[in-house]
Amino acid sequence: MLHQFELFGSFFTLDVNSGSLHLTDKFGAEAIKLFEYNSKEECIRLLLDNNNGEISEEELCDFFENLQVLKDEDKLYSPDILPYIKAPNKKDKPLKALCLNVAHSCNLCCNYCFAAAGNFTDKQPLMPLSVGKAAIDFLIESSKGRYNLDVDFFGGEPLLSIDVVKGIVEYARSLEKTHKKHFRFTFTTNGVLLNDDIMEYLNTNMDNVVLSLDGRREVHDYFRKAPNGKGSYDVIVPKFQKFAEIRRDKEYYIRATFTRHNLDFFSDILHMLDLGFNELSMEPVVAVPDSPDAIKEEDLPIIFEQYELLAKEMIDRNKKGKPFGFYHYNITLDEGPCAYKLLSGCGTGCEYMAVTPRGELFPCHRFVGDERFLLGDVFGGIKNHSLVEEFAQNSLLNHEECKNCWAKYFCAGGCAANNFEASGSISGIYAIGCEMFKKRLECALAVKALCAD
Amino acid sequence: MLIKTINKRTLKDSLKRGGCGECQTSGVANQPCENANR
Repeated sequence: MLHQFELFGSFFTLDVNSGSLHLTDKFGAEAIKLFEYNSKEECIRLLLDNNNGEISEEELCDFFENLQVLKDEDKLYSPDILPYIKAPNKKDKPLKALCLNVAHSCNLCCNYCFAAAGNFTDKQPLMPLSVGKAAIDFLIESSKGRYNLDVDFFGGEPLLSIDVVKGIVEYARSLEKTHKKHFRFTFTTNGVLLNDDIMEYLNTNMDNVVLSLDGRREVHDYFRKAPNGKGSYDVIVPKFQKFAEIRRDKEYYIRATFTRHNLDFFSDILHMLDLGFNELSMEPVVAVPDSPDAIKEEDLPIIFEQYELLAKEMIDRNKKGKPFGFYHYNITLDEGPCAYKLLSGCGTGCEYMAVTPRGELFPCHRFVGDERFLLGDVFGGIKNHSLVEEFAQNSLLNHEECKNCWAKYFCAGGCAANNFEASGSISGIYAIGCEMFKKRLECALAVKALCAD
Repeated sequence: MLIKTINKRTLKDSLKRGGCGECQTSGVANQPCENANR
């Protein structure tokens, strides 16, 4: 299977089953397309008839020799690898990551928040240290054979529980040597409570820090407000700038959300670059379809245009020696994840689970609070084994609608929560999300190819 | 007429070294694999 596209005057061919990306001119792309179902001689005849003498027969012969080499190396027209991969089950995929919702309350009331404006309706809004420690014990016990374990502090606003976070980190570190584990910690914050001491703590102890900022002041403050209705931009931006400065080469992301209200989100990305941030993420909002914020099919052309503007900006700045990172364009073709990982995605519900302040287990942060997806709790372990098995088997192998999609090995069937909300099945599809993903992927491949040495 | 292949390795290559599960949970295409060069 081939996917061919043109961007910025260059022609790209992705050999879907091998993951090989080829950059050519217009005639090269046409030749690759013809060679899939025609002999070399037939291709040369067709191309000579249609190129107005721009290309000689000798040139074409050389080109098709190159194509034959790539074909022999399984880098063009390669067979599908899916038949060589056995279906996963939960025994193959032990737990390796927990999202700890250490706070189910928040000091902001962001209109679009999938956690009910940051305030879940829990009777126990903050996670006690005892639950946090039990979660670490559960993760160690359930991750037999794993060395790297990930813990993500999330909410609500996790800075409301910073003392519990410190206790959990200290407890986890104390167990690493005994159990031969290595913990990696991530922290997501709206920034309101950041101060010098907390910045120092996060910088020292967190492998990644995710900072929520939506871009221009008017865009950010439209959604991300304090309970008194006042926007949070002026409070958090100086703090984020200071944190990014002390973070230096360590991993951090400015994590933005775009909605129907700022479909011109490229302007927000430029604004965040102007503020001095160079690791950015811009996510389409998660909203019910009838929400005024939700992305609609008719919005896709302008969104695609914005993604192209962003890709062009990345290429231009890279050439000037001033590169920046955009999460969805950071694609690793040679040293990236293996086919097994690409087949099964983020691991929600088996390798990855979310924990509520009371210790309940859900497949991930997006399913929290939906009793249909309650898996068990950190004290008694997994109760709903059949649901864990269903998530473990949720891979490309059972996504019928993905089998002929050119992007399948890059998205692994998409987000299970988005799929469920859109189709009623975790192995269904969220069609608008698919279209945005494919556009982002084309842009990412173009950036990768055009910035390559 | 030139063709430039951007990546050297293929998904089939990754079948030989993959599946250890030590990579981070996330889009899943952007995470480097610790075993890629072994």
